[in-house]
Amino acid sequence: MTALFEAKEISVRFGGIRAVDAVSFAVEKGEIFSIIGPNGAGKTTIFNLISRIYNTTEGELIFGGTDITRIPPYKIAGLGIARTFQNIELFANATLLQNLLIGRHCHSTVGYLSQIAFLPSTRRAEIQHREKVEEVIAFLDLQRYRDTLIANLPYGVRKVVELGRALCTEPKLLLLDEPSSGLNVEETEGMGFWIEDIKKDLGITVIMVEHDMALVSQVSDRVMALNYGRVLAMGTPHEVQTHPEVVRAYIGGDIEVEA
Amino acid sequence: MRYLFRTNYQQDLRAWRHGGDVFWYGLLIVIVLIIPFVLGEFYVGEMGGVFIFAIAGVGLMLLVGYTGLISLGHAAFLGIGSYVNSVLLSHGVPFLITLPVSGLFTAICGAAIGRPTLRMSGLYLAIATLSFGSIVGTVFQKWTAVTGGFDGFAVPTPYVFGISVEGATGVYYTSFVVLLFTLWLSINLLRSPIGRAMVAIRDSEVSAQSMGIHLAKYKTLAFAVSAGITGLAGALFAHYVRFLAPDAFDVLLSVQFVTIVFVGGLGSLRGAIFGAIFVRLLPQAIAIVRDDLPFGIGRLPGLEPSLFGLILVLVILFQPGGINGLWLKTKLWFQAYPFKRQTSGRRQKTYARSERLR
Repeated sequence: MTALFEAKEISVRFGGIRAVDAVSFAVEKGEIFSIIGPNGAGKTTIFNLISRIYNTTEGELIFGGTDITRIPPYKIAGLGIARTFQNIELFANATLLQNLLIGRHCHSTVGYLSQIAFLPSTRRAEIQHREKVEEVIAFLDLQRYRDTLIANLPYGVRKVVELGRALCTEPKLLLLDEPSSGLNVEETEGMGFWIEDIKKDLGITVIMVEHDMALVSQVSDRVMALNYGRVLAMGTPHEVQTHPEVVRAYIGGDIEVEA
Repeated sequence: MRYLFRTNYQQDLRAWRHGGDVFWYGLLIVIVLIIPFVLGEFYVGEMGGVFIFAIAGVGLMLLVGYTGLISLGHAAFLGIGSYVNSVLLSHGVPFLITLPVSGLFTAICGAAIGRPTLRMSGLYLAIATLSFGSIVGTVFQKWTAVTGGFDGFAVPTPYVFGISVEGATGVYYTSFVVLLFTLWLSINLLRSPIGRAMVAIRDSEVSAQSMGIHLAKYKTLAFAVSAGITGLAGALFAHYVRFLAPDAFDVLLSVQFVTIVFVGGLGSLRGAIFGAIFVRLLPQAIAIVRDDLPFGIGRLPGLEPSLFGLILVLVILFQPGGINGLWLKTKLWFQAYPFKRQTSGRRQKTYARSERLR
């Protein structure tokens, strides 16, 4: 197995705060890799570093053998990295269909003038995009919401739509930022199944930031625990959950752990 | 209520939704074409003005309503279009060339203002475009060699295929054709990836970026297209007023354009046209009732701008969907009759989103 994505000693400083401090990890192809940690540990910051919203102060990000540490953020999707956001960043005043079509943006190659005149080439490309979007809609069972404005959709469905939008970019690596936040137990379970399906049926590698340990142990192959921007532990879900440093970070004090 | 039965993906790519659209809009076009034969010159002239403002309104709508960027400098773009068109005409360039050239030149100016203001949004962008507008206004005043300054600039009569575009009727038909062209262009834009990218930028910049949308490129493009369309309106405006004076293109005109967009209804091309009708008719309505108003209100200076301001505020507070929102609600009421419910017209969120975490 080769590493699809690798972070080498990445650090980021905001003023005097080291939000992420010399974190290294490698994600194998076809793996589900979870990042856990208390609030403010730097989990989402790592996502923002990978999707290039923030600049790394030190270190390197390698994706599929190429260095992506300094490429502009809008090129990330085209390379095959898609993400979702913790607090849903959908396009609220557009329909579900339009949202998913925006996910196809990085694959659109038609020239501006052809688009403005809506030439047959644009029409053909649009239909191809639509077909791909329909596949995702079928995969995630979203048919009945197709023409609904996002603003009118329930929260749980929006979470799935955001997942769908990320899938429409046909990613190799999917970054899920707290896919279960705001969902009830049942919806969280459903989300777990989607994530497993994404791995098994679509063969997409997933990096996930998550607080719900049940979901993490259900789907993850490996887990990394962070605190104060540093790696506390890395390994299988069970290893990390019982790691004394992790327990101390969450509960505090010196507590005996039954391994 | 009409339910669309979709059988292929082509259907969703059409410029119209169903046969009813084709019929009613076709009928509207026919009526508009007949009007000059029926109504007097004054009304035809006024409607020509409505068309020109509608063109500019559509241009600004693409920027404000669809891309979520505000501009208080669109009067300057209108002015640039006007002067480029008139100056070129006076040098003997044919109108069929000066019209697109003034559009293109204004588009370039739009890109030039869009580029340095990329990182701005909301109030800051409003201030930047406002100052751009006043700079351009000053240029119109001082660059007397080209614009004639306060002495004004007499706009030559244009010829299309040897026929002079003169008087109210000429401006009426030319503006209508350009308006149709502008609408066709905007509809195409909105159903293609560019339009989706613009909407994405409006609703969430951060996720637009992570979907692969180059923010700088699309914001500049939106500015250019919006300015270009306003420049086309400017070229026609020159023939509408026939005599250019630099103070015609001041901030108040920009505010009128913004009023078109907000009162018409954000995020709707139909709204831009409703807004233009409103903005052009309001001064006429004021003129009619001016003498009958009590307490001499009608003779107060600044009645018109303050009414514009008041209406703008009231619309934003109580009818965020603008006239287009009202139109949709009315339509829904008839379609759903007698099952209209209190909630069916519930206020939808509208966005001119500006200050937000990115």
